[in-house]
Amino acid sequence: MHGSPEIPLSFTLNGRTVEVAVDPSARLLDLLRYDLGMTGTKEGCGEGECGACTVWLDGLPADSCLVPAFQVEGREIRTIESVDPDRVRELRSAGATQCGACTPGVVMSALWILENPALLDTHTIRELMAGNLCRCTGYDGIVEGIEAAMNGRPGKTDRAGRVP
Amino acid sequence: MERIEGIAKLTGAERYVDDLPVEGALWGMTVRSPAPRGRIREIRFNPAVDWSRFVVVDHRDVPGANEVLLIEPDQPVLAAGRVRHVHEPVVLLAHASRDAVRRAVRAVEVVVEPEDPYLDFAAPPRPEQVQRGDDNVMKRIEIRKGDVEAALARAARVVEGEYRTGAQEHVYIETQGMLAWEDAGVLFIKGSLQCPYYVHKAALRALRRDADHVRIVQAPTGGGFGGKEEYPSMIALHAALLSLKAGRPVKIVYDRGEDMEATTKRHPSIVRHRTGVDADGNLVAQDIDVRMDAGAYVTLSPVVLSRGVIHAAGPYSCDAVRIVGRAVLTNSPPHGAFRGFGAPQTHFANERHMDVVADAIGMDPIEFRRRNLIADGDTTATGQRIVDGVDRAALLDRAVEISSWREKEERHARLVRADPWLRRGMGVACFHHGAGFTGSGEVMLGSRLDVAGLPDGRVEIRSANIEMGQGTLTVFTQIAAARLGLDPTRIAIAEADTGRVPNSGPTVASRTAMVVGRLVEEACDDLRARLGLDGDARSESFTEALVAWHAERPGGEIVGEAAYEPPPGVHWDDDTYTGDAYAAYGWAAYVAEVEVDLRTYATRVIDFVAVQDVGTVLNPTLARGQVQGGVAQGIGWALMEECRWKDGAMANAQLTNYIIPTSDDLPALRVHFEETPWPGGPLGAKGLGELPIDGPAPAVVNAIARAVGADAREIPLTPERLLALLEDDGALRARIA
Repeated sequence: MHGSPEIPLSFTLNGRTVEVAVDPSARLLDLLRYDLGMTGTKEGCGEGECGACTVWLDGLPADSCLVPAFQVEGREIRTIESVDPDRVRELRSAGATQCGACTPGVVMSALWILENPALLDTHTIRELMAGNLCRCTGYDGIVEGIEAAMNGRPGKTDRAGRVP
Repeated sequence: MERIEGIAKLTGAERYVDDLPVEGALWGMTVRSPAPRGRIREIRFNPAVDWSRFVVVDHRDVPGANEVLLIEPDQPVLAAGRVRHVHEPVVLLAHASRDAVRRAVRAVEVVVEPEDPYLDFAAPPRPEQVQRGDDNVMKRIEIRKGDVEAALARAARVVEGEYRTGAQEHVYIETQGMLAWEDAGVLFIKGSLQCPYYVHKAALRALRRDADHVRIVQAPTGGGFGGKEEYPSMIALHAALLSLKAGRPVKIVYDRGEDMEATTKRHPSIVRHRTGVDADGNLVAQDIDVRMDAGAYVTLSPVVLSRGVIHAAGPYSCDAVRIVGRAVLTNSPPHGAFRGFGAPQTHFANERHMDVVADAIGMDPIEFRRRNLIADGDTTATGQRIVDGVDRAALLDRAVEISSWREKEERHARLVRADPWLRRGMGVACFHHGAGFTGSGEVMLGSRLDVAGLPDGRVEIRSANIEMGQGTLTVFTQIAAARLGLDPTRIAIAEADTGRVPNSGPTVASRTAMVVGRLVEEACDDLRARLGLDGDARSESFTEALVAWHAERPGGEIVGEAAYEPPPGVHWDDDTYTGDAYAAYGWAAYVAEVEVDLRTYATRVIDFVAVQDVGTVLNPTLARGQVQGGVAQGIGWALMEECRWKDGAMANAQLTNYIIPTSDDLPALRVHFEETPWPGGPLGAKGLGELPIDGPAPAVVNAIARAVGADAREIPLTPERLLALLEDDGALRARIA
């Protein structure tokens, strides 16, 4: 494209090594969705406001629409496709998803809290989730679902990586 | 019952239109008008681009009428000769590379000979701005009950007020998108939409096809809120035109900026009240004038105005009411359907005005409301006698009690003495929302729905009503399972594909659970009757009969049918605007507690109580979520969501500066249902989805007014507006002195 040479890239995606060549202008979001066909990660705004495209980059949530794809060389990416359905049952019961468009990003941020409970020593769930816009729920279902998942934590941390 | 598609959504497995892989598809994009009004002088294609590599479509490629058919045929599929608003579609382009088509759009220049646009609907148009009739009024509606002038003349007090609301953007998180392709002479259009048969009707007209050669299929839809009621027809026609010309599938997916600039928004409004009360605080006259900015084409504005006008007098009893409504054609992008559909605007005005009147006569706002709320047997502004067993005063009392209104008012008074900067206040709103289409609308829709009995003993609901997050799939499953005594896993729901499902009407107007849900029950009953079963046959006896029927007739199909019949005794007169405007209403009382920081003028909602009666609650988790989502959207509209307009275009078409509430902007939203079953609805349920957006804005603004003494009459009540109000009337200096 434009005659720009594609950049070879090697990174870890949901625990597996991936080797691809990317357009220098491609976003991580485009690489995931259109090159790799992993459409679980959604685009909501394209400018890092809504958080629908949240993935984990080296263990931290990041807006994949703001990350140039070539920058993930050698790094570790985790997406919604890695999430075990059993891990999100409390979110479903609490009404954390309605239309579902923000949901994959919400779940990736929620998992960050669930797997790093010390975050709650210094921040509230509402503060930690403020980077994920949801237009359907008014957020109560999301906040309560995370609380329920925290309380139900023992025995529910199985991350065997079952593919949905 | 848990949301059926919940796990698919929570694991990213749900596939929206932008997620569908399509072999050989092209990407489509739209070249739009740069000007709000004028003649198209020329369309310049930059000669540096090799245009032979692109599919290019303009109005000459529309095979049928160049109309997006809805109420009136005035809106073109692609502008022909003239434009009436900025971002009006003019030319379509398609290419296999999304980047290439994005660049190409910027290489097309639409040159417009400008004409004087009419952009401020508050002022009458100048002669050169008139584009319809002699005043640009596209629809005028009048409601009359009793003699308003005589009642005003007799009133002990007459209080006037003017209230304004701004445009609101839906911000469904999935932007709009459509995919079109042709297969064996049948045109398929699949995408994010609320009303498959609206798109179907528009496609037959503009593409000049018969009904058997167009199929509209809903893809999983990531939020709608009304924003995917009418505009999807436009995008569907665009994708279809490109696909038919290219001979290949074409996908159009708007990015956020294009979606915000080009698609519809909530109608801005100006509402004036002149209210008469007697010496005891009883309403004796309501004289109301409603004006809405319709934008550049008729679209749905006449019906938005209608619903707004019908709700304008609020849930109160008054013998003398006059409401005059006008929808005005301007050169803004067309305003359209948005959850509440005109009622949030008129409820904001009415409920803010109730506090203004209570203040003027020195009465407590709760007592003033309780005294005037409709009691069973009273009539609405259209003369509809309300007899539904709902105790509306009890809803108000419950909201006051749960919110600890009285105790908190005392605490707020102490805060004024203790803190120089923070002020807190309580605000209330009482309101109602009619469920289903207005007046004779449901009769004219004539919705039909099928329930098929499958050979394996399951049943399949065939409906054009779609899931967009509000819970249609789950609630229809519950209703059918309850009716036939089946496990929910034995209920399937057909994809909303006009080639497979009858027209059960649009997914709008809080009608799906109540009106269409009732059709699900009736079609289940019809299926049971066709199997030769008694009306009380359920569970195993039903399943056995169904399996036996198929065993005797291999390959046969058995389908239960239902068609809408109005509930008995419902009458509406469209000429006089009198009668039963809706078969049923939801009723509510909401209380907001706010904290205003006088250093920043920022308002935080710190507690919110939503009490409502929508009949039987079919699914507590889904119902609670509808209320909380509606309240959040209403708080956003009240405090922060502002469309900034510049020369007829939205100047802040991005989520960076069009602000919606985050989790950290909202308190826990406390929801309580009182349940008075309504016999006309499935299992006693009434409509729910829109009611919760009618109340938050007036409750919040009333709370701010009580907290800081700012007589706010316009939303969004941003910090800038609050600053101006407080500084203008000297209240700020008085408060912080």
